Amino acid sequence: MKINLKIWRQKNKDTKGSFKSYALDNVSTDMSFLEMLDVLNHDLIHKGEESVAFDHDCREGICGMCSLYINGRPHGPQQTTTCQLHMRSFKDGETIVIEPWRAKAFPVIRDLVVDRTAFDRIQQAGGYVSVNTGGVPDANEIAISKKIADEAFDSAACIGCGACVAACKNASAMLFVSAKVSQLALLPQGKPERKERVEKMVAQMDAEDFGACTNTGACEAECPKGISLTNIARMNREYFSAITTSYEIELKGGD
Amino acid sequence: MDTARVPIKKINRQMKLDSKIPEGPLAEKWTKHKFNLKLVNPANKRKFDVIVVGTGLAGASAAASLGELGYNVKAFCFQDSPRRAHSIAAQGGINAAKNYQNDGDSVYRLFYDTIKGGDYRAREGNVYRLAEVSVNIIDQCVAQGVPFAREYGGLLANRSFGGAQVSRTFYARGQTGQQLLLGAYSALNRQIANGKVTMYTRSEMLDVVLVDGKARGIVTRDLVTGKIESHAAHAVLICTGGYGNVFFLSTNAKGSNVTAAWRAHKKGALFGNPCYTQIHPTCIPVSGDHQSKLTLMSESLRNDGRVWVPKTARPGLKAKDAANIPEADRDYFLERKYPSFGNLVPRDVASRNAKQMCDEGRGVGSGLAVFLDFSDAIKRDGKKTIEAKYGNLFDMYQQITGDNPYEMPMMIYPAVHYTMGGLWVDYNLMTTVPGLYALGEANFSDHGANRLGASALMQGLADGYFVIPYTLGDYLAGLSPEKVTTDRPEFKEAIDKVNGTINKFLSIKGKRTVDEFHRELGLTMWEFCGMARNEEGLKGAKKKIQALKEAFWKDVNVLGGSQELNQELEKAMRVADFMELGELMVDDALNRSESCGGHFREESQTPDGEALRKDDEFAYVAAWEYKGENQQEVLHKETLVFENVKLTQRSYK
Repeated sequence: MKINLKIWRQKNKDTKGSFKSYALDNVSTDMSFLEMLDVLNHDLIHKGEESVAFDHDCREGICGMCSLYINGRPHGPQQTTTCQLHMRSFKDGETIVIEPWRAKAFPVIRDLVVDRTAFDRIQQAGGYVSVNTGGVPDANEIAISKKIADEAFDSAACIGCGACVAACKNASAMLFVSAKVSQLALLPQGKPERKERVEKMVAQMDAEDFGACTNTGACEAECPKGISLTNIARMNREYFSAITTSYEIELKGGD
Repeated sequence: MDTARVPIKKINRQMKLDSKIPEGPLAEKWTKHKFNLKLVNPANKRKFDVIVVGTGLAGASAAASLGELGYNVKAFCFQDSPRRAHSIAAQGGINAAKNYQNDGDSVYRLFYDTIKGGDYRAREGNVYRLAEVSVNIIDQCVAQGVPFAREYGGLLANRSFGGAQVSRTFYARGQTGQQLLLGAYSALNRQIANGKVTMYTRSEMLDVVLVDGKARGIVTRDLVTGKIESHAAHAVLICTGGYGNVFFLSTNAKGSNVTAAWRAHKKGALFGNPCYTQIHPTCIPVSGDHQSKLTLMSESLRNDGRVWVPKTARPGLKAKDAANIPEADRDYFLERKYPSFGNLVPRDVASRNAKQMCDEGRGVGSGLAVFLDFSDAIKRDGKKTIEAKYGNLFDMYQQITGDNPYEMPMMIYPAVHYTMGGLWVDYNLMTTVPGLYALGEANFSDHGANRLGASALMQGLADGYFVIPYTLGDYLAGLSPEKVTTDRPEFKEAIDKVNGTINKFLSIKGKRTVDEFHRELGLTMWEFCGMARNEEGLKGAKKKIQALKEAFWKDVNVLGGSQELNQELEKAMRVADFMELGELMVDDALNRSESCGGHFREESQTPDGEALRKDDEFAYVAAWEYKGENQQEVLHKETLVFENVKLTQRSYK
């Protein structure tokens, strides 16, 4: 099949970018989307042009590194990661527009590569249980109902790709942050720190210039791992409960 | 065959490989050793700096645990976040000798299964320790909030995996690696927040720096700015995974590479058993020349799928036409050859047999595929049951191939998956360079010639959480806590060398892309140093690789500059190392003229075509010493001592 590509090219974070058009006429429907870009880059190098930079690693839909905004949707027309998208999802002769994630908190590094370290900093603010290696109880001393464990797993399945932010008109990171908050709020291991955790993670999220959540639900609709909007509701509850019943109030017996 | 004729088999008698396996009964070795290891005073720990390269299961768990102890850690990864490391892609599970199922498991049984599964080419002491600490790993991960699968009563669930006769595998749906890595990542994040770990993302290690014979730092390239930086420390830990991408096509992530390990090798760390490669039988076949990587399908599929090819060659047979082949014209070759294990033979056996069928011209599809057929299982158990067991795998298969496996058989073919070889380390995980350690898949130590399913995650976390925190202290306790700095000439020398290589690549301006060279290297490795190897093929492969390497340095085209994000340059540096490694793998495969585990030498097989070990000649670890550019590497042998298990020939008939 033949396809036309309009791809965002940008030398680095300090220069202005623009769309460039390319045509590919030997695309197999069995190719993955990223393999199609490999072919484009191969052709570009042979023409003496610099290849298009894009992030990718496992190409199995689990590492969360690939991050392309394709025809106006994060990861393209299917609810999957870009690396799992195949060219049979497109029509012969179609023009495909490829952009990087667009969000103030994800500055462009080059072409289609963006800086997502804001996500790591949010996790560093409290996305953990404070246990050191060793000195922990036997694994089966903590019984957890299967229902709760399954629910926690659903939240923990987030791959941190940032599609939720890219899909959101406000570039909000609520789905990402709430997935971790939910996982640890559901499990008994996460309970002792649940109040500080949600407060700190939300504070960091705000400091990173992510937008506010207006419950539009685009994040859930585009999430390649089907992370549910319920997580956002749970995080809001956790947050309000934390700020209204802080430990100080609890210890002093209330105002 | 007469190995004396192989010219590369020189033994340097100068170097003695000391595995440092503690004396005493197997079950007491690690406990006694831990007591004998020197400790670093808590107040002194903050004076020691440690570099950790790679943030997969081994690296992240090590960096977090060492930070908790009080050391100053600098951690590095080439990805944009430590959470992306390829450990994340592991599906099946993690073994641990918990015996929660009351089905007869024990530390000794896990030890025994691992030694036997590795075809008796691993150290007893290391493997026993691995089995021993396996139970602590599960406790640790649960405490971190890893959502393992559970039973209705709230306790942990297990499944049997990889042919084990007990249920000792813990799992989190088909995403165990992801959940364990996110657990280690969370522990790492906590130490980053505490200021005990400094994290460098999008940074690639390009050299190890030795001062007075000890590892004292590394040189890295900031992949965003291109800046070459040096970092000093009292010890360096290489936790950078395996080298399966030497084959170009593998189930590894695209960025997985051997560069850190290889640069360490070139600085004096011996490389152990480089030819031991695991080929996984159930992967989605190559669909065309554009193929960039291979996707693994969990081997649990072989529990219900039947593997077959037509009895007579049917070139180009498509999956949708498979139903037209009458039962009598089908060859269920694993069931025919191995009536007691059938489709459940170990990975190496299943892979070799699929290749054999395709070599006979009986492959289906492109010719390099066999059918994995679920129609009998669907007839027997109903579509619903099969969907509940394998739904996500069937969806993944359909997503990639466009074929619906509920209606037609899958097509599968083996693919490179894991490398058992790696940097040689002693019992303390130290390489032959003092202060330089290797953890996880980057070292050679625990899986012998073949790794069992669900054991990679176990080893990565064992090394990082429960071995290195003890053994590193023993080394550091013998050092002066004086600050190590980068103002030594050795650092400048290493930086100059790295800059020289980068400038060389950018100035070649040849006609072929890095990927074209990498693909060609991969094809050679796969053809001659893949599932089956022979002397003639290996000798030819060595010449081919040498010629390819020469062409690479003359004709590769790397565009762009050095002071910017330049993905072609990153790839070129990695492929240069893969070329050198490829040659060493061929040397090692040539030297080991026996068959064992994943290494099958056609000259060494039983009358009915099974792998034949030669324990009298080859019960040793082959550790190779780098001798300079284009020089033949020198072989050192560490004899394997078996005091507890009896060596037997594996049979699955």
